[in-house]
Amino acid sequence: MVAKFDLTDDSVVVIIGTGAGGGVLANELAQKGVKVVALEAGGRYLPEDYINDEWESFSQLAWLDARTTSGSWRVAKDFGGLPAWIVKAVGGTTTHWAGASLRFQDHEWKALTTYGAVEGASLLDWPIDAAEMAPWYEKAEDKLGVTRTGNRPGLPGNNNYKVFEKGALALGYKEVSTGRMAIESSNENSSRIACQQTGFCFQGCKWGAKWSAAYTDIPEGEATGNLEVRERSHVAKILHNDEGKVTGVEYFDAEGNLQFQAARIVCLAGNTFESPRLLLNSASSMFPNGLANSSDQVGRNYMRHTTGSVYGIFDKPVKMWRGTTMAGIVQDEARHDPSRGFVGGYELETLALGLPFMAAFLNPGAWGRGFTTALDHYENMAGMWIVGEDMPQSTNRVTLSDATDQYGLKVANVHFDDHPNDVAMRNHAYKQGMAIYDAVGATRSFPTPPYPSTHNLGTNRMSERPEDGVCNKWGQTHDIANLFISDGSQFTTGAAENPTLTIVALAIRQADHIAREMAAGTI
Amino acid sequence: MTKPLKGERPKGLGLTRRQLLSRSVAAGASFVVGAGFVASGTAAWAMETTAIKPESMATLIQMARDIYPHDQVADEFYAIAVKGYDSAENAEQVEAGITELNAAATAAGHADYLSIGWEEDRVAVLKAIEGGVFFQTIRAGLVTGLYNQKALWPIFGYEGESFSLGGYIERGFDDINWL
Repeated sequence: MVAKFDLTDDSVVVIIGTGAGGGVLANELAQKGVKVVALEAGGRYLPEDYINDEWESFSQLAWLDARTTSGSWRVAKDFGGLPAWIVKAVGGTTTHWAGASLRFQDHEWKALTTYGAVEGASLLDWPIDAAEMAPWYEKAEDKLGVTRTGNRPGLPGNNNYKVFEKGALALGYKEVSTGRMAIESSNENSSRIACQQTGFCFQGCKWGAKWSAAYTDIPEGEATGNLEVRERSHVAKILHNDEGKVTGVEYFDAEGNLQFQAARIVCLAGNTFESPRLLLNSASSMFPNGLANSSDQVGRNYMRHTTGSVYGIFDKPVKMWRGTTMAGIVQDEARHDPSRGFVGGYELETLALGLPFMAAFLNPGAWGRGFTTALDHYENMAGMWIVGEDMPQSTNRVTLSDATDQYGLKVANVHFDDHPNDVAMRNHAYKQGMAIYDAVGATRSFPTPPYPSTHNLGTNRMSERPEDGVCNKWGQTHDIANLFISDGSQFTTGAAENPTLTIVALAIRQADHIAREMAAGTI
Repeated sequence: MTKPLKGERPKGLGLTRRQLLSRSVAAGASFVVGAGFVASGTAAWAMETTAIKPESMATLIQMARDIYPHDQVADEFYAIAVKGYDSAENAEQVEAGITELNAAATAAGHADYLSIGWEEDRVAVLKAIEGGVFFQTIRAGLVTGLYNQKALWPIFGYEGESFSLGGYIERGFDDINWL
């Protein structure tokens, strides 16, 4: 039975956003008997609704509300209104993600200690470490059904992977596999069907083979009778009382009417642009710089991973679009080895785009035969994506723009400049990626610039000391005890790994903490 | 030079080949234009225009091909991609843009854009205006207007939707045989 809570019920936990952070947190709390109202800006779409068509799916799922951009990153020029390719729907970006589920490497929890101070970077150590996170990672891997963890076998490699693997092995790489994926690899011991190698992982898995909160954690939470998800509910402001405790949220409901939902605790999980935006838009006379912002760190240290893609063209067909979008990984370069000219490391992961998105992202703005002769060989193309640790910088930040959205609320402006370490890493990765394809006989290969960001991190970061960040090691804001950060914006640093598994592990851990503290009466 | 694609004729094709040729004059090397229509030189396809001059539509189609030239892709696809500019709403801006383009062609010593025989010479003219709103609007529109035509995908080998066919688990997701 799906719960229905009163707007004035101030015993509920309000969670803003239902993706990897909010969706998991909502279910985990509901399982523990905590009453939860989850407010989701988007609508509800399930596997039968997903569309095997890139642009149609993009219209259905992508967050297309206004945002603005600034800075020297190329996304600001090519996709000025679309700094991120993330999802506005129940389940959030877990509908869109490719499923790569990697734990941080141990040293990445201690970036400042490991790398030393880097000029221009605002590096910090996380206030938690690998030993602390290990049991939560295990729970997260079990929840997501991650391949190559537990007793779960790996997925078979598709054509794109086979090209990638052969080139990587020829270069001497050792850590080459079809990766750890939150995609079902077997029909045994799971409620999810095994991967049918359909492609279109980015467009929502129509088989439900890939884990998404939309059709796992959300309905599981609802089944407890403790979780109410209100879709198409856009939170405008978090309110507080004279003691500086948050009391609930104002939101526009599906009909566009402003409502107030009372809350005992508010957890913010709107992804790395919307979460700081909401804190800033909630400024008051008591908190003139925005909620939880006495450190002036809200919105700062935005990270997006050092990314880019490499495509290779061969003299024979590859048909890279067939099968899982992210079908394999090379992890040898993920180590920290400053002899390469940069700190931190990167992963190489196969990636495939359909023809329509390849045309849009191969080299945005380019035209003429240099561009079209590459597309002419689309069928003979193989592709990979770079995911590397980028440096947090206090000037890379989300601020409030002068522009407003459909509700009259100030939108997020996203400013980003590459750090020299990011540039050195990307160039290294481009070179290695192209070498992989050259080793298999590519007749042409090329580095493709970063797409609108899918990994958005750091704008409400976790810190030991209140002056260095926004929240503590539980995601609890330093300034307001009953306000939590529950999404990727709490990341202190980004590590080289795709962030979803870590967001999920932190959400499971946070649920445990919140339920315990609620029971103890301390929040 | 343009072959009709079976089953893939663009909408708006309403004239017979004979009707067409009796009412048309050559526009550049590839197109013929007449009162209210533009057609391929072989009359394999034709498109009526209502708000902009047929010569302008012919110029747009050529411009579209020169921006994203694929020799294996027939003119119909480019025509469909720019067809939407033939509207009362767009007419003024489009005609102004075509005037700008032809002025750039004239400045480079040509009669007008469509009369330029070699692609590289037309590209040089496009380079002269590529920073402007007109060029950027047309180019940006083509990214979806051209490449999101499902009928065009097979020309590039792209197979599109696969869920209804059961994915590729038994249809060659790992069938590469030349490695």
